Amino acid sequence: MKKLEAIIKPFKLEEVKDALAEVGIEGMTVTEVKGFGRQKGHTEIYRGSEYTVDFLPKIKLEVAVTDGNLEAAIKAVADSAKTGKIGDGKIFVSTIDEAIRIRTNEKGDEAV
Amino acid sequence: MKKLFPILTMALVIFAGSLSIETHAEELNTNDVLTAEEKITADGEKNNADAWLEGKTMAEKYSGLGDDDKLAKNGYKIDPYVNSGDTAWMIVATALVLLMTIPGLSLFYGGLARKKNVLSVLVQCFAVTALMSLLWVIYGYSFAASGDGKLFGDFSQLFLKGITTDSMSGSIPESVFVTFQMTFAIITPALIVGAFAERMKFSAVMIFLVIWFTFSYCPIWHMVWGGGYLATTWEAIDFAGGTVVHINAGVAALVACIMLGKRKGYPDSPMPPHNVPFVLIGAALLWVGWFGFNAGSALTAGGQAGMAQLVTQVATAAAAFTWMMVEWCTKGKPTAIGLATGAVAGLVAITPASGSVGPMAAIAIGVAAAVVCYWAATSLKKKLGYDDSFDVFGVHGVGGIVGALLTGVFAFSDEGKEIIKNQFTGQLMSVLVTVIWSAVVTFIAIKIAGALCGGIRSDEDTELQGLDVKDHGEDGYSL
Repeated sequence: MKKLEAIIKPFKLEEVKDALAEVGIEGMTVTEVKGFGRQKGHTEIYRGSEYTVDFLPKIKLEVAVTDGNLEAAIKAVADSAKTGKIGDGKIFVSTIDEAIRIRTNEKGDEAV
Repeated sequence: MKKLFPILTMALVIFAGSLSIETHAEELNTNDVLTAEEKITADGEKNNADAWLEGKTMAEKYSGLGDDDKLAKNGYKIDPYVNSGDTAWMIVATALVLLMTIPGLSLFYGGLARKKNVLSVLVQCFAVTALMSLLWVIYGYSFAASGDGKLFGDFSQLFLKGITTDSMSGSIPESVFVTFQMTFAIITPALIVGAFAERMKFSAVMIFLVIWFTFSYCPIWHMVWGGGYLATTWEAIDFAGGTVVHINAGVAALVACIMLGKRKGYPDSPMPPHNVPFVLIGAALLWVGWFGFNAGSALTAGGQAGMAQLVTQVATAAAAFTWMMVEWCTKGKPTAIGLATGAVAGLVAITPASGSVGPMAAIAIGVAAAVVCYWAATSLKKKLGYDDSFDVFGVHGVGGIVGALLTGVFAFSDEGKEIIKNQFTGQLMSVLVTVIWSAVVTFIAIKIAGALCGGIRSDEDTELQGLDVKDHGEDGYSL
């Protein structure tokens, strides 16, 4: 089992969710985060003073997938989240030791 | 250039009007001649009407005689009577001014604060409202408004002694006047909290404001409105409180924030407002409520109140627009905060002038206030380095000074250089006296508050975590 952690632009969320559904992935967790990579911040003005805001709003999407589904999931996220401009985000893949469905106590691939 | 369009429009209107009047006068033909019967009836009725108006004017004159007037001394004064129009308006004006503080100013300041301190600002405004209401009726009204002192009043009306349901103050019940002025006594200290927001102990805030209210607000009130030094010796004009409220509070704010010191991280860390919509809502409530502040200071419902409302609207609009344009041109973008701040600057500046200037002067006052206050809240503040959290001095202090001085220029603009120069001098003196008095009282009051509270500044932990959770044990938004 693998965990995908994707940082994407907020307006891309619906598109990514739909793309994942198309490859059979129906569940995920989403958090509102702030961050930056190579995309620079922007300047804001308050009472005549300018200051730079480095952190930009992003969405962090976490989804657990079976090993078989991994490649399809990565492609779905990458293709739907891409705009071609700086700040599109990143995908991180890590291995999950165990997954349990709380309601039924199922484990492993059935729980994912 | 700006005046060309209205001037052309007016010229056109006057020309068209004069044409219609001329033709009308020539057209009194046989249909319009009165019969003998019509003439008798009309004569009688018009005489009654004229007599009634004359009687009304005389009643106002003889009930309004001052105690040292010759006629009054000879027993010709008649008892003041309730004017229900004036009274109804003043009761409403009182509510409008209270709305200016809660929640107008509360939200204006609350939105400018960082999220972790929003409640501290709201609590300070509400607590000041409660506290000053009590102090005003216990001793404040008496100390400000009673007696013949040059610098402050006496205690003849302590606990509002002698004021009953029937007591009068001019054409309105005295109870209404007391409450109306109470709302001014509430908003003035509330204004100051914006300067030391986000880093002053709540206990110290309360103690400081009690002392300042007693020794700066009430005396200045007396000197300007209670027949004291500034009113008699200098004939200073302050219709609705440019001096008594705004310069008084603005200077106190400056001194207090300097004595308190800068917030941790100021000016290098950005501290943007956490809720800009709050700031705009607050500014809107202040704008609308200010009709009660300025038009209500006429203490009557009539021409003066009407004109005060008109010039208030015009000056504020001019100031908001000007600030927006200045910001747009110098910084590239017109901001919401800028628009709101510009409006408040205009409101402050028109306050002392609202009883004596016309709408064109109001435009000038609004434009001047926006330009000068913009400079004060940005360049001056940056250059001198003080941390006036919400620009109380920059907007209220400086705006009040601009307004007070321009009142001197425009109040008697038709009456010749000598009179204008005299009035301007009077205004200048009232500004200087207020600045010095308020500064000195603030300095002493801060020292006393510090001694009683073991320091006025919040400890480092509190300032970093936020006053809401440390001073009030509450979270503004448990989202």
